[in-house]
Amino acid sequence: MRVNPLFSFKWFSAGLIWFWLGLFVLVPLLMLLTASFLQRGETEFVKFAFTLENYQRIFNPIYLDVFWNSFYLAAMTTLFCLLLGYPFAFLLARVTGKYKHLLLLFVIIPFWTSSLIRTYAMVIILKTNGVMNSFLQWLGLIQEPIQLLYTPAAVVVGLVYSLLPFMVLPLYATIEKLDIRLIEAAKDLGARNVRIFWSIIIPLTMPGIIAGSMLVFLPALGMFYIPDLLGGAKALLIGNLIQNQFLSARDWPFGAAVSIILVLVMSLLLVLYYFSILRNSNNRDKVGL
Amino acid sequence: MSLKRLSKISYMSLIYGFLYFPILILIIYSFNDSKYSFAWKGFTLNWYHQLFDNQELLEVALNSLMVAVVSASVATLIGTLTAVALYRYHFFGKKVLYGLIYILIMSPEIVMGISLLILFIALSMPLGFWTLLLSHITFCIPFVVITVFGRLSGFNKAIIEAAKDLGASEFATFRLVVLPMLMPAVIAGWLLSFTLSMDDVIISFFVTGPNFQLLPLKIYSMVKLGVKPEINALSTIMFIITLIIVIIAQSLLREKK
Repeated sequence: MRVNPLFSFKWFSAGLIWFWLGLFVLVPLLMLLTASFLQRGETEFVKFAFTLENYQRIFNPIYLDVFWNSFYLAAMTTLFCLLLGYPFAFLLARVTGKYKHLLLLFVIIPFWTSSLIRTYAMVIILKTNGVMNSFLQWLGLIQEPIQLLYTPAAVVVGLVYSLLPFMVLPLYATIEKLDIRLIEAAKDLGARNVRIFWSIIIPLTMPGIIAGSMLVFLPALGMFYIPDLLGGAKALLIGNLIQNQFLSARDWPFGAAVSIILVLVMSLLLVLYYFSILRNSNNRDKVGL
Repeated sequence: MSLKRLSKISYMSLIYGFLYFPILILIIYSFNDSKYSFAWKGFTLNWYHQLFDNQELLEVALNSLMVAVVSASVATLIGTLTAVALYRYHFFGKKVLYGLIYILIMSPEIVMGISLLILFIALSMPLGFWTLLLSHITFCIPFVVITVFGRLSGFNKAIIEAAKDLGASEFATFRLVVLPMLMPAVIAGWLLSFTLSMDDVIISFFVTGPNFQLLPLKIYSMVKLGVKPEINALSTIMFIITLIIVIIAQSLLREKK
């Protein structure tokens, strides 16, 4: 019997990817979810008995503190990335001429380079006898080297440094597509710049703002090596908590429960993102674009 | 007008400075002839020589290279087929698949790392080369899919129709028509997967065993012990390699279709 070639090639490709993602993404995620409801084992990693204790433990003040601290630092990181990145992306999108691609390339390069190496570069800048202290002393602003490394501020600086390109690129993509005629129309109708910014530019670039914030906020919660290298032992964040539970404390069910919280936060942001795109395309339909 | 322009240019320069200044310092100090002090003590290639004399480090670098080449190749194969299938066919769960690919790019790596760890332990697979390879392939696939899909969406569908009208089978159309036109994006996808695999810390951290080290994990454990000129040299080499690969990949993607 001759196999229909369309059938085989199509189903081979579709089957392969579903098989791969099913086995290495969906099944592991379900196992993670299951593990979060199991008890910690004596000899094995988990004991197959249902419990909600792992989730109850999250409400222990020690862990609530970690959560609060992480969300605060990640939110600060996202805010700084947005404040620095939005004007930058806007200017970049308006650049014309032959250097535009080069300027864009210089944002893309840090996007792909190792953030561990970039974090290490930040350690060199911030350490006690590092570049920043020498510079401040040279300016005469400080007499003695001050403690910059191993502070919460250093963690935020490191996170902003690593994640800024992840904010700029989605912002750039939406600002680039922004229809300049809408701004001109608003001007013709007598709107002032502030009004144009808040009523037109911000709503139309909302998908980029949310996508960028997601790409900054979520990794900021999970990148355990940045707080580890820049914040020292003091900065215990969600990523460090998960890492500890899996590799030192060996309490997998609790580590799994904490990770599930991360997944839930991500899902919430995804829903927000989805609705912002939906609203945006509805608005476009209304004005006939 | 010119003041406005000046302030725009200064703002952009400030951001670029922020992005590149630390890396620049790192590169400069990899050539500094002083082990501990921050002061400039003259140019040296000493740290690079030490790097290439370090047998253990070379072995770890080889491990990284091996994992990166194999996982980039497998991910490119699966990712390209996926992108083509998403573009050309309708099949069950297509929209879900498309969404899943984007979610995978956005999702925090630590979740993928620990869920894969749980899978490998449940299957009693020994942690090491194979578990790293499977994990790296998994996180590279979505990046290949969107890179290749991006180029496909600019395609002229009539060419594919013409091939079919001339009697080419689906596979022949793919191999002789679609793939050659896609080649720049496929190569770019491979190169980007390669850098992702070479640089990954978080996922590798969880799925590797005590007997198989990768370069970023080695750097991580070295950095935890403090700043050393050898790490500056190693980081410089890795940064330069990534830089070259990204430039090649981007120019391939920019090439006119």
